[in-house]
Amino acid sequence: MTIRRILIANRGEIAMRVIRTCRRLGIETVLAASEADRDSMPARLADRTVCIGPARPGGSYLKVDAILQAALGARADAIHPGYGFLSERPALAHACEEQGVIFIGPTAAQIESVGDKLRARAQAQASEVPVVPGGAVGSTADAVALVRRIGLPVLVKAVGGGGGKGMKRVDRLEDLPHAIQLAEAEAGAAFGDARVYIERFVTRGRHVEVQILGDGRGEVIHLGERDCSTQRRYQKLIEETPAPGLSEAFRGRLHEAAVRFARRMAYRGAGTVEFLVDLERDAFHFLEMNARIQVEHPVTEAVSGVDLVAEQIAVAAGEGLRRAQSDVRLRGCALECRVNAEDAMRDFQPSPGRVRGVRWAAGEGIRVDTHIEAGAWIPPYYDSLMGKIIAHGQDRDSALERMWQAIAATRIEGVASNLPLHCTVLANREFQRGGVDTGFLARLLERRPIFVEAQLG
Amino acid sequence: MTLTAKDVAEITRLLEESSFDEMILELDGLKLALRRGASATSARRPEAASAAEREAPPAAAPAATPAALPDEKMQDVTAPLLGTFYRAPKPGAAPFVEIGSVVEEDTIIGIIEVMKLMNTVRAGTSGKVADILAQDGALVEYGETLMRVTRALPA
Repeated sequence: MTIRRILIANRGEIAMRVIRTCRRLGIETVLAASEADRDSMPARLADRTVCIGPARPGGSYLKVDAILQAALGARADAIHPGYGFLSERPALAHACEEQGVIFIGPTAAQIESVGDKLRARAQAQASEVPVVPGGAVGSTADAVALVRRIGLPVLVKAVGGGGGKGMKRVDRLEDLPHAIQLAEAEAGAAFGDARVYIERFVTRGRHVEVQILGDGRGEVIHLGERDCSTQRRYQKLIEETPAPGLSEAFRGRLHEAAVRFARRMAYRGAGTVEFLVDLERDAFHFLEMNARIQVEHPVTEAVSGVDLVAEQIAVAAGEGLRRAQSDVRLRGCALECRVNAEDAMRDFQPSPGRVRGVRWAAGEGIRVDTHIEAGAWIPPYYDSLMGKIIAHGQDRDSALERMWQAIAATRIEGVASNLPLHCTVLANREFQRGGVDTGFLARLLERRPIFVEAQLG
Repeated sequence: MTLTAKDVAEITRLLEESSFDEMILELDGLKLALRRGASATSARRPEAASAAEREAPPAAAPAATPAALPDEKMQDVTAPLLGTFYRAPKPGAAPFVEIGSVVEEDTIIGIIEVMKLMNTVRAGTSGKVADILAQDGALVEYGETLMRVTRALPA
């Protein structure tokens, strides 16, 4: 079936990203926007914008019937859910299936089976992919018993979650009940599912994920991996591809495991299989599968030359995979820095408000995905991502130097940003060597490091 | 730009080994500031004045509080950041505190959700909750009074 008009059920930079590919492909766009986003950049650039509800996501971006109604009313052939919000809620995919609107993503049943992290763990085991010790949280007493068995520290994670929301690290048994409560509240607010589970926290691990594409009929290819270990409180800050320092054999095993997992369920569309890599033991464990386009997808696009949003649309339209594994060539290295409206100097407090002025970087090997321009309003209701800077080079050193210059050339006025943190990390010797683990950023900040700020005139 | 990330890593090392806390360097249009410690002031932090310029979306007007006489025994518990205030750990659960509850400095009195992250709000003072001004689920502004606590007086 041909897709001529797409309703974008999202906001911010990912709405811009989908609009860009649609324009290139000659597909019309309808943006479903909340009241707070009526004057946003994507609202201006979409062919049409419909206001679906108030600023609070519960009344707009999370409202399945409002979004489906908007799609039907605007005669859209398909809905692109972006990431977050309803992208991994089976309810939207299911409602689309019932109403004959194409959902650009996996089937409702697939979202359900990987979205429930406990079921996904079981599927990984069935696909002979190793998992981290852990399990479900019933009562507080059960949770305490489980933690006694698997040992501290542990992570409390949202069964319906991802992206670090509803995730809490617990080092002392007495902190467990409150951590579970907070995680449940966060999970409930972010995913509409307050259930949490527990996994052993691997102190020195790396977060490496594999990008896959499936046609929904059992054909699955991968587009290499991304290393997302530079993170703080499970919020990714910098991502890169390829993952530094992996042997080709190890890398191959990782890719194969991801493809095996996705192939077993005849996965449809773009997805990511996340692993915790334990290099000391030369081992990896399945963490979860994200059944959506990821924030960090552009690094994969930079090295593969594949437009992942275009591939999502092609699979949704029934065109299948347009390339075989042997056609995939990955060239050079790419990094992505997430620029957030948060004050790195004041414990990363979110900093909503009015952007007075902004200058994004440009140049060879530099791509910026953003919805922020001078005068843009950053509402407190959504996440704090203002934009992503992606740097591509022939090797890691050249990508890193390009990123350094791009960050120095970027200027944001009116709201606080985490640009100084990016400068500090990029100028850090450990990061420059490559292959840091997920505890790197927390340790760096704990040491009260020398904070670096660079600004080009 | 002449200074690379590798150069700056080297400069950082030199500063680390020195007895200085700060270094400012201007070269070919590049302004470089290196400061020891995460609490250092940042050139990119919006100046205090801009806080007033930040328009908060129409907030649920803070419940009109009777112009109470200054009372040394009363202590305001204010919102540490702008966001949605919740009195209970999850919908339907019992509130963290009620009027009359006895609180210590680190007693959790609520949660403020900002950009999908839940931030714990602690009393910051000890005593008895005398009044609860912020409504459950309402948008509270930075510095808005959430609760009033009658301070425990030294015996």
